[in-house]
Amino acid sequence: MKTKKKSAVLATLAWILAVAAGLWLLTGLLTPKYMTDIQEGALIAEYYKEKTDHDVVFIGDCEVYENFSPDVLWREYGVTSYIRGSAQQLIWQSYYLLEETLKYETPKVVVFNVLSMKYDEPQSEPYNRMTLDGMRLSPAKIGSIRASMTEEEDMLSYLFPLLRYHSRWGELTGEDVTYWFRRDIVSDSGYLMNVGTRPAENVPEGAPLADYRFSDVCWDYLDRMAELCAEHGVQFVLVKAPSLYPYWYDQWEEQIEDYAAEKGLPYLNFLELIDETGLDFDTDTYDNGLHLNLYGAEKLSRWFGAWLAENTPVEDRREQPDYAEIWNEKSAVYAARQARLEAERDAA
Amino acid sequence: MSFASARFLGFLAVLFVLYYLIPRRHQWKLLLAGSLFFYWFAGWYCLIYIGVTAVTTWLAGRKVGSLLERQERYLAEHRAEMSREERKAYQAAARKVRFRWMMACLLLNFGILAVVKYAAFVVENLNGGLALAGAPGLPVPDLVLPMGISFYTFQAMGYLLDVYRGKYPAERSLGRFALFVTFFPQLIQGPISRFNELSPSLYAEHEWDSRQIAMGAERALWGLAKKLIVADRLAIPLRALVAEPDKYQGVYVIAVIFLYAVQLYADFTGGIDITIGVARMLGVQVTENFERPFFSKNTAEYWRRWHITMGTWFRDYVFYPMSVSKPILNLHKKAKNWLWGFGKKLSVYLCTIILWFVTGIWHGASWNFIVWGLLNGVVILVSQSCEPLYAKFHAKFPRLKGTFGYRLFEVARTFWLMGLIRVLDVYRDVPLTFRQVGTILTSFHPSVLWNGSFLELGVTAGDWVVAALGGLAMLGVSLCSRSEPLWPRLTDRPNLARGFCAALILLTLVFGVYGIGYDATQFIYNQF
Repeated sequence: MKTKKKSAVLATLAWILAVAAGLWLLTGLLTPKYMTDIQEGALIAEYYKEKTDHDVVFIGDCEVYENFSPDVLWREYGVTSYIRGSAQQLIWQSYYLLEETLKYETPKVVVFNVLSMKYDEPQSEPYNRMTLDGMRLSPAKIGSIRASMTEEEDMLSYLFPLLRYHSRWGELTGEDVTYWFRRDIVSDSGYLMNVGTRPAENVPEGAPLADYRFSDVCWDYLDRMAELCAEHGVQFVLVKAPSLYPYWYDQWEEQIEDYAAEKGLPYLNFLELIDETGLDFDTDTYDNGLHLNLYGAEKLSRWFGAWLAENTPVEDRREQPDYAEIWNEKSAVYAARQARLEAERDAA
Repeated sequence: MSFASARFLGFLAVLFVLYYLIPRRHQWKLLLAGSLFFYWFAGWYCLIYIGVTAVTTWLAGRKVGSLLERQERYLAEHRAEMSREERKAYQAAARKVRFRWMMACLLLNFGILAVVKYAAFVVENLNGGLALAGAPGLPVPDLVLPMGISFYTFQAMGYLLDVYRGKYPAERSLGRFALFVTFFPQLIQGPISRFNELSPSLYAEHEWDSRQIAMGAERALWGLAKKLIVADRLAIPLRALVAEPDKYQGVYVIAVIFLYAVQLYADFTGGIDITIGVARMLGVQVTENFERPFFSKNTAEYWRRWHITMGTWFRDYVFYPMSVSKPILNLHKKAKNWLWGFGKKLSVYLCTIILWFVTGIWHGASWNFIVWGLLNGVVILVSQSCEPLYAKFHAKFPRLKGTFGYRLFEVARTFWLMGLIRVLDVYRDVPLTFRQVGTILTSFHPSVLWNGSFLELGVTAGDWVVAALGGLAMLGVSLCSRSEPLWPRLTDRPNLARGFCAALILLTLVFGVYGIGYDATQFIYNQF
């Protein structure tokens, strides 16, 4: 009798394990891979594959992962850096990513792009997913999910992504099978390379707003980021990337300038440094001025690298073998990617 | 809190664990607390409605029950001293007193139901009449319908009527009676249980019974799969087909009839499977509400096998009492010689039509439900009246009746006939429904079946395949349950049962229609 009971319990446990294994396999199959299309979705998770720490960490939205090239910072200044950015990354998502990053490493400088100050409430579920799904499970991730969820979303589907992506069974492609158990690295230290060129023409002026004041929620998260950096002895730098659109209002600029002055934080608005950086919006953007292409990003990074070397405690690590080995390897990948993308562009 | 929600699963898991951990004498109290908590999610005001019904019915039941006891005791004690006439007179007088108490409670509770469910419908129709007369309309009340009010009101009133008839004694404990009214698995969409059938297992102390729990879990998972994979998937094209009636006519209307039959079956029986399964996991035996209704060979049989507890409720508490009521008996006496003997059936016809009118309006306060009910009544009466003709036909072709082909014909005939009437529930507009059904004859374009039009209704070819396979699985389970219930047989093969549950969990999680991108669909019978 006892043996019968024992075997029934064991059989039930075996079936529970089988269901769990099935759920794990199905989750892997049905979760979007972002390997060939909408690669932005893969950026956040790539950070965990990094082999070294970084002196500079960029935090922000597409204005950081499209506009700054960590490879240039390495090659020309020996600065190790990484971009923790994702599409339409909201300021609370940036805060929680910073909190999480500081658990893994303590950089010397954190660079935050201020465009997300314009959003004071959750925006879109697909963008939330691209930022949050890639994060490892942690209190920071839970906090970020809580702050980011739109009305239609729920925590459970973030913890068990199958609940969100189960309906993809009808859209599965070869990519889902190829990348079922692995992922390629699609970025270069968080930088998403684009070699196309589409000049900026007729950039629209910003429409007048009823209220130009940034919301208290955004100021609160900006304060928290500044405090977090101060607690960890990290220099906090504010930047506004040189994207011509979305329009950056003078009234917004004034508020950020006042804030930076009040807190004693460096603030660089690259829209006002176009000549200094040498950017040319006829050749250095791939989407009419929204984002820089590779050539624009390299120009901007070259200038910014010099600024970092002069104004922050970053080190030139090119002579340090541990770093040099890893970063030279990264540079080779970067160069190969550039060559491949340019060949594809020229063939098209 | 829908059965098909993570919140319900969480609630059930906590309740289930506590239920088998606490001392068994407190199990019913936990069920009551859980049921009130479950109902609170529908809105705190709902607790007031159900509370009034539970308390007033309990009080009336106690009063009627004690009056009956006292009257019977008096009769027993004074039997020898009283003549037969005196005893009869005493019984009649005593019944009158009990009747008044019972009626007061019935009027109050059916009154609440009438006001919250039918006031707007009555005022809207009155306003229609007033508008014709050029008079200003009355304000239409905008009352929120408490969840499951039709079900728990009927269940509670059924109890009171049984106590009045002396079928069983009144429940002494208000808490226990409140559990009978609010028992959460059956609160949303029935079945409408009888007190004497539900209460023994509801109040009993239950120890852990792996077999019962496994059987309940299998049944509940099967119900959830039917709801999420089939019913909610078919709801998408049905919404599209009904939203543009001018565009979707002819063959599309046939599709609506067929798809709605399958959707409603999957939705309603899915919900009942969850109810029965969850209750069984807690050791409570809830009455079956379906007996493979789509295998019925005629309308009357269909109604004996579909929503069984509602049908028997109306039969026992409306049809039978009405048939033997004084006005109907008087009518029968007067009319039996009218129209060459046809009049002797008049009282039955009248009772049947009234029964189906009430059944129709129970489903909803709108003309489509009234017409739906009346049509059912008419079809049943016509079928009964044609029985001599059928008998003649079968006497002429005696071999036909038992054949598989003829049985299949009867099943298909009943399925489509009921579907044709049921379509009133889909369009929710009587003239529109008749117009749409008429287009089957006037705009019949079968090419839409293969020209890809059905892929423009919000679902993909893959969805149609999943729905079809789900439908076939439901048919398979029905066929397997023909000779004896499937669930005990499945549970007796533990590894098969575990595999069945594992497959259902995975299939429902992947192919279920839930989450972002889908409109979560409430159970259809919730609204009744």
